[in-house]
Amino acid sequence: MKIAVCVKQVPDSWAEKKMVNGLLDREGVDAVLNDLDEYAVEEALRIVEAHGGNGEGGAHTITLISMGPARTTDAVRKGLSMGADSAIIITDDALVGSDAIGTSKVLAGVIADQKFDLVLCGTESTDARMSVVPAMLAQRLGWAQLTFAGSVSVTPETSSVTITRETEAGIDTMKAQFPCVISVIEKINEPRYPSFKGIMAAKKKPMEVHSLSAIGLEAQSAWSAVVDATPRPAKAAGIKVVDEGAGGEALLNFLAEKKFI
Amino acid sequence: MSQVFILAEFSGDAPAKTVAELATAGAKAGSVTAVVLAAPGKGAALAGLITSGPIAEVVVIESDAFVKYSVPAAADAIAQLISARKADAFLVASSAYGKEVAARVAVQVESGLITDAVDVGADLTATQLVFGGSTTVHSRVSHGCAVITVRPNSVTPDLAASSPTITNATFDISASAQLAEVLSSAPFVKGGRPELTEAQIIVSGGRGTNGDFAVVEAFADSLGAAVGASRAATDAGWYPHSHQVGQTGKTVSPQLYVACGISGAIQHRAGMQTSKLIVAVNKDPDAPIFEIADFGVVGDLFAVLPKATEGVQARKS
Repeated sequence: MKIAVCVKQVPDSWAEKKMVNGLLDREGVDAVLNDLDEYAVEEALRIVEAHGGNGEGGAHTITLISMGPARTTDAVRKGLSMGADSAIIITDDALVGSDAIGTSKVLAGVIADQKFDLVLCGTESTDARMSVVPAMLAQRLGWAQLTFAGSVSVTPETSSVTITRETEAGIDTMKAQFPCVISVIEKINEPRYPSFKGIMAAKKKPMEVHSLSAIGLEAQSAWSAVVDATPRPAKAAGIKVVDEGAGGEALLNFLAEKKFI
Repeated sequence: MSQVFILAEFSGDAPAKTVAELATAGAKAGSVTAVVLAAPGKGAALAGLITSGPIAEVVVIESDAFVKYSVPAAADAIAQLISARKADAFLVASSAYGKEVAARVAVQVESGLITDAVDVGADLTATQLVFGGSTTVHSRVSHGCAVITVRPNSVTPDLAASSPTITNATFDISASAQLAEVLSSAPFVKGGRPELTEAQIIVSGGRGTNGDFAVVEAFADSLGAAVGASRAATDAGWYPHSHQVGQTGKTVSPQLYVACGISGAIQHRAGMQTSKLIVAVNKDPDAPIFEIADFGVVGDLFAVLPKATEGVQARKS
């Protein structure tokens, strides 16, 4: 199997974020591999490990695909140190400020070139939190869409995949043939920590960095734009009481005063 | 005047709360058409249930594909309808399903997409609260039909009676929309409690419950509230993942959010910070949740909540 995992470098989710000129300020904060993409990398590793493995002696490959600023290589390296085989990174000044529509176009362009069987993604990035790129990829590629997977079962012999789709509405079981776009929810697995050996090996793994024109694509301006962004006033500190037996009563009175009871 | 299309979803035998919310947001910009996607023979009955909210027209599209193929089938139907009718905007609820339908529609009709709006203005400018609610952003779609997903419970619905005209439409499903098939479906059984993202009041429990949600549930039930949980609680297996509030769970914005035994890590706050009123009960006086709480009780939730529950019940009777 030839598997791609789409990954994104995002500002650390613990960092305070702010907007500069209508765009998220990515310069002033620590950049990390999107937490939720680690579950997709882990799931790809588990899929190949259940069927003979990847890397040296394995029949399968896992390629990380990412679009982002030049320093995206740092975040992608983490996925390689977990065990992916190689990476393709698209970085171009013309892509600054891309929306999900543009991002999905670039990723689909890279994927369509390479005859993958499966593309795995996290459900969302922790910066934009849109949850739309996997569905856009499936639409653009004309592939089966198996998204919000809480479990994935792959049978390479029959090129088929069954997932449980787990959303706020309920749990569906879905089935499709390769090629598929799969997004996985964080409940699906526990991503491994890169081993020292993995970290050393990742330094030698192939990482292709391309500009847009090198892959035959043109930049597209974003189809939505921020008009203005205003920090909301910090919340004034509220009332705080220490429970010495009357905490429940105080809470009750507060709720009554606010007309909730 | 703009033509605004909304996706009308149903919850059991009634229109979802989001139908009137989307219609109310859309009506500021123009005339609202609600799209009902139904199984064959079921459309007229569902359309007949839409009797409130500023909706001028209901378009019914019937097909087995909406259940069998889910999101891609719905997206094909809506994309074809809004192209044929030259819609100015398409609004859908911000759920996993709604966002994915919007994503595929936006690609098909070559439109910009905005997700998680908390309001939509008369000129189709969307308001979003980002970075855990710390920043208000106004955005506009600049290309094609404005495809916008709107968070449930954000818009105060206009529930005035309406009697929309009902029309029928058909669509051609694409080959690629039929590639993934739904083999079986197990919708979450609605308990007696309201749906988390639609609830007016949410009572959530975290690490401080030590796995015992009974007092949290009892307090929630006394208030008619939904029950939420922090990631610490769902990761520990104390409460179902579907109830997780936070960065990687649900984003909620109720009138009242009661955080019990939740420290208030930034990831949790990202999912509930825009609640209108926040109450916290926590043993640790330095827990960050108190920084954003309108009212905080420093104390043991197992002492505070039962007393409060008793009090609510006493005042009701």
